Amino acid sequence: MTQITFTINKEKKTVEAPPMKRLLDVLREDLHLTGAKEGCGEGECGSCSVLLNGELVNSCLIPALQAEGATITTIEGIAPLAAPDQKLHPIQQCFLEKGGAQCGICTPGMILATHHLLEKYPQPTLLQIQEGLAGNLCRCTGYTRIFEAVQSAASQSNP
Amino acid sequence: MRSNASHYDLIAPATLDAVLEILAAEPGHYTPIAGGTEIMVALGAGRLAQKNLVSINQIKELRFIETTPSQLIIGSGTTFTDIRNSAIIQSDFPLLTQAASWTGSIANQNRGTLGGNIVNGSPAADSPPALLAYEATLTLISTRGTRQMPYADFHLGYKKTALAPDELIQSITLKRIFTGYIPYARKVGTRNAQAISKVAIAALALIQDDTLEDIRIGAASLRDRPSRLTATERTLRGQTITQDTIVTLISQARATLTTEAHPIDDIRSTAKYRAAVAANLLEEFLHSLMNP
Amino acid sequence: MPDPTQPASLSTVGTSPIRKEGTAKVLGQARYVDDLHLPGMWFGATVRSTIARGRITSIQFDPAIPWHEFTIVTAADIPGENTIVHLTKDHLCLASEFVNHPNEPILLLAHPDRALLPAAVAAVTITYEELPGVFTIEESEAPDAPTIWEPAAADHHHATAKNTFKTYLMESGAAADLDHIFATADHIIEGEYHTGAQEQLYIENNGVIAECVTFDGIVKSVTVRGAMQCPYYLVHALELVFNLPEEKCRVIQTETGGAFGGKEDFPSVIGSHAALLAMKSGHPVKICYDRAEDMASTTKRHPSRSRHRTAVSKEGKILGGEIEFALDGGAYVTLTPVVLSRGTIHAAGPYHWPALRIRAKAMATNLPPHGAFRGFGAPQSIFATERHMDKIAKVVGLSPEELRRRNLLALGGRTATGQVITDTVDMQHLLTRALAESNYHAKRAEFARTNPTSAIKRGIGFATFFHGAGFTGSGERRLNSLVKIELTPEGRPQILVASTEFGQGTNTILCQVAAETLHLPYEDILIAQPDTARVPNSGPTVASRTAMIVGKLVETAAQKLCVILTNSDGLPPSYSPADFRTAALAYLAQHGTLVVEARYQSPGDIFWDDENYRGEAYPAYAWAVYVAEVAVDTTTYSATCTDFYALQEVGKVLHPVLAKGQIEGGVAQGIGYALYEKCVWQKGHMANNQMTNYIMPTSADLPPIHVAFEEIPSIHGPFGAKGIGELPMDGPAPAILNAIEEATGIAFTEIPLLPEDIFERMTRTPDAGTEDLNPTIDRDTRVEPEVVTS
Repeated sequence: MTQITFTINKEKKTVEAPPMKRLLDVLREDLHLTGAKEGCGEGECGSCSVLLNGELVNSCLIPALQAEGATITTIEGIAPLAAPDQKLHPIQQCFLEKGGAQCGICTPGMILATHHLLEKYPQPTLLQIQEGLAGNLCRCTGYTRIFEAVQSAASQSNP
Repeated sequence: MRSNASHYDLIAPATLDAVLEILAAEPGHYTPIAGGTEIMVALGAGRLAQKNLVSINQIKELRFIETTPSQLIIGSGTTFTDIRNSAIIQSDFPLLTQAASWTGSIANQNRGTLGGNIVNGSPAADSPPALLAYEATLTLISTRGTRQMPYADFHLGYKKTALAPDELIQSITLKRIFTGYIPYARKVGTRNAQAISKVAIAALALIQDDTLEDIRIGAASLRDRPSRLTATERTLRGQTITQDTIVTLISQARATLTTEAHPIDDIRSTAKYRAAVAANLLEEFLHSLMNP
Repeated sequence: MPDPTQPASLSTVGTSPIRKEGTAKVLGQARYVDDLHLPGMWFGATVRSTIARGRITSIQFDPAIPWHEFTIVTAADIPGENTIVHLTKDHLCLASEFVNHPNEPILLLAHPDRALLPAAVAAVTITYEELPGVFTIEESEAPDAPTIWEPAAADHHHATAKNTFKTYLMESGAAADLDHIFATADHIIEGEYHTGAQEQLYIENNGVIAECVTFDGIVKSVTVRGAMQCPYYLVHALELVFNLPEEKCRVIQTETGGAFGGKEDFPSVIGSHAALLAMKSGHPVKICYDRAEDMASTTKRHPSRSRHRTAVSKEGKILGGEIEFALDGGAYVTLTPVVLSRGTIHAAGPYHWPALRIRAKAMATNLPPHGAFRGFGAPQSIFATERHMDKIAKVVGLSPEELRRRNLLALGGRTATGQVITDTVDMQHLLTRALAESNYHAKRAEFARTNPTSAIKRGIGFATFFHGAGFTGSGERRLNSLVKIELTPEGRPQILVASTEFGQGTNTILCQVAAETLHLPYEDILIAQPDTARVPNSGPTVASRTAMIVGKLVETAAQKLCVILTNSDGLPPSYSPADFRTAALAYLAQHGTLVVEARYQSPGDIFWDDENYRGEAYPAYAWAVYVAEVAVDTTTYSATCTDFYALQEVGKVLHPVLAKGQIEGGVAQGIGYALYEKCVWQKGHMANNQMTNYIMPTSADLPPIHVAFEEIPSIHGPFGAKGIGELPMDGPAPAILNAIEEATGIAFTEIPLLPEDIFERMTRTPDAGTEDLNPTIDRDTRVEPEVVTS
């Protein structure tokens, strides 16, 4: 067991965990942040996406020790990124309104991937959206409602 | 999660020297882990044999892109995202930028490193064909010092490399001599994104006065290791490429490629398909040279 | 928000309010089963067969594992019957003597530490006396095939032929004259078509948590919660496994991360397993499969083979047909007869058949049992029929459009089961509109012009089809569904149904229906979590039945609620939401509670003959024309769907955003079915049981999907709604392969159609026979005489 300290959703946390424990399991089991889901366990589906030092990563592929000292944002911490005490981030609001969430299991990862995409491309083209979300598999929507949600979020954050 | 994480050890020394000391102390005992996009998959699937890992992800000395007038040196810890973001790579080594964009998803590109992609040794890996075409040189480092080797000599067989147990790839060096070369890169995967190559080609050609002065073709998934199609290159090098010769040239090149490609049947594709599509890609490349 | 003091003027139905559980989902607060933890909970795992068929000869436990820490369950521990009941009892809960497919459950393990289970599973060695297996329909029906399946003694009426789960014989029109019709027809067109298995690939794997109460070693009750579509299916499975009455088997659906049929029948298996471990360990037990286990062990879409033989006049009128429809059912019956039934009825398509005989059969193989998947047999048979229609057109010399125009059903016509079409839908108009809006004719002409000189061959094709909403035939009558609405202590209406939300929008549309009926804002309506201790059996959430059948019951119950409150003198004729609440609270103060219910009543004009497959197969149909555009790259032999247009008539669209989402998602799965998703079987084991190697489309692989609706209200559903969930799965595959034939001139007959398949066909050497594009000579047709019992 190793002590690992990181900042998660703006809070400093220390956990005791095997250093090779997956960050996903640390989040879900040790910190009870269950918004990140395991869909495949091999970095293919993106359901476990989190932001690690601002970068989109699959938390099922991160050994806990490699998160030492990192700043992590999970779906539970995304709303306050837009404004403190805000209940919903504009991206979340757009996913709701445009029908971007159906069964909801890919939604946390999809929203984090969208956040990462819009940081890089505030006004993304459809191709940029398609590429930016290609690591997040959705079986329900056929992605069309999700593209609309992303476009709507982009237009709102940059009027 | 099919492994028990508590059966594994991972250490994260702060410096490159410390990592090398650990690797040297008991060669083979520790396995380096960088972005984790391969090793953690093996862990999750319950097939990670190495129990002791040393993280090199935090070693900043390995993550750099350095430019000199004559060459470009890429630290082995450079991520695919770093590569895609590099203007100099985009301008001087576009095949490598393209290869980086092929790799996994954005999340994988944020973690996966060029060194990891090389050391993992998959015959289907995305960056090796470009590195082979550019005749990259590897710098390997250990407590014994550094040594350089042509990347073409690095892969010894299926997932077998020339890396000694106490060594790391420190950097990958590319000579900035490809101005005027026409690049061609195409990956044929299982889908448009998040795909493993069925076959991929990264190639360069230099044409002067309708003559193929130089041609280099790197390929994925055609042999048990990433490979350069040297026989095909020999067939083509020095040949005249015009409307009158192109048909013959293509037919010679296809025939040679068939002799040096040894693809396999697996759950992703068939050997026949891989060989035929590789030849088609080569043909597409040669056609593209007609109207550069 | 509407003014609560004014009568609600805003209509809810037909608008797109935020989905009921949506906020929790976007916040990451929705709790799926693996997000839940019960005090003292252990974790379960399954030891599975490594071979396809054989007799178990020994089970050894590696002494390196501290087995005393584990709970181990075998078939001998089952207090009731060792069976997973669906339609028959051939499917064992745990194999004890024989195994009939790879990854069949044999032992169950539980331990408080989840991390210790994989090594323990690997430390159990099971030896077998291996028996020969069969892995395809052809192997199973071969005269010399080993007998791998026989009906249970009590079920002998199901089938008599070897390895045959079920057969149907459906004859329609002048079927008795078919010999004469074929003897005198201008054209006889034959074709054989195949479809592969398909994985549902919900992103949340199957998972449950079970609890068990025992007293003096006797099981008193079990409770299972988890991801599922049909809580009462699991209740009935548990009743048998534990020999308990229904009221002692409680099932709670948790938030469910996609299902598509994959959580219809399978939760009965994993739910029973977890409950057995809970019984023996004395702890709550969670079993959540990982992806590899879920893909290798749970149900998939049935592979199929269809053989068509059609008599057609030189004017392109269908005179008669024979269709043989066969499904690979896997190792056990599960829901296969029902899948076969829907596939059989949909094989006729939306066409007029003066004479038709369909022989259908489902064969046993030593693959894991195939099960429910969106469309439920219809995508398989519709693929064949819609490919065959294009083939007929080619032979007769008509365009695909004209051939269909001459044979489409219309108002007053009869389907192949003899059902008179009373929907006022006009398929001719749908076809006209779909082809116009997709720019079909212009594109067809353009591609014909540009293809000869292009390495990318483009094509456009379409499929015309219908999909029946609700259970087939007398199914709804047998289900006898019940819906309740209660008033909460705060005076809010709460819907009580076992109908589940798994992304498709059940919560939202049922609340819309109640809101509309009660003249209340959508936000005022609640819907309870499906918990069989609280909610009545409103039937399974399958078969595109929830909006139409359950929605209608919600409407009826809401009307009753309104009448009761009005009659109690509390509710004025024109009331505001505040008036409603006042009346509701007054009623509760006087009577304590108010619960209204509505039970399914078969519409009087619905008649179905189960023996002869005649009558009203479905209360209503959704009708559709789907148009696909493709590009086939002759460098890589890959076919890509580049544009998609989906027009459908589905009755009233209750929630346009959800409805579009259903169509788009179904089309995406259909594109995957056609071009990407292949189960690679190695002796019955799925070799590519990883998301990396089973290829579903990413956001970078799908075309723009244009969705359009026509809305002709149906009397069978609330506010005129019909079913839409399964429909979009039916059309994409045939439309895409029809387009590929337009692009390449090659009549592909099998899905999934991967680049390797296109390569093989495009590069056939002269030795293997030259490509003959004369469609009257079909080298793929292999129709052998065969005996089918029914």
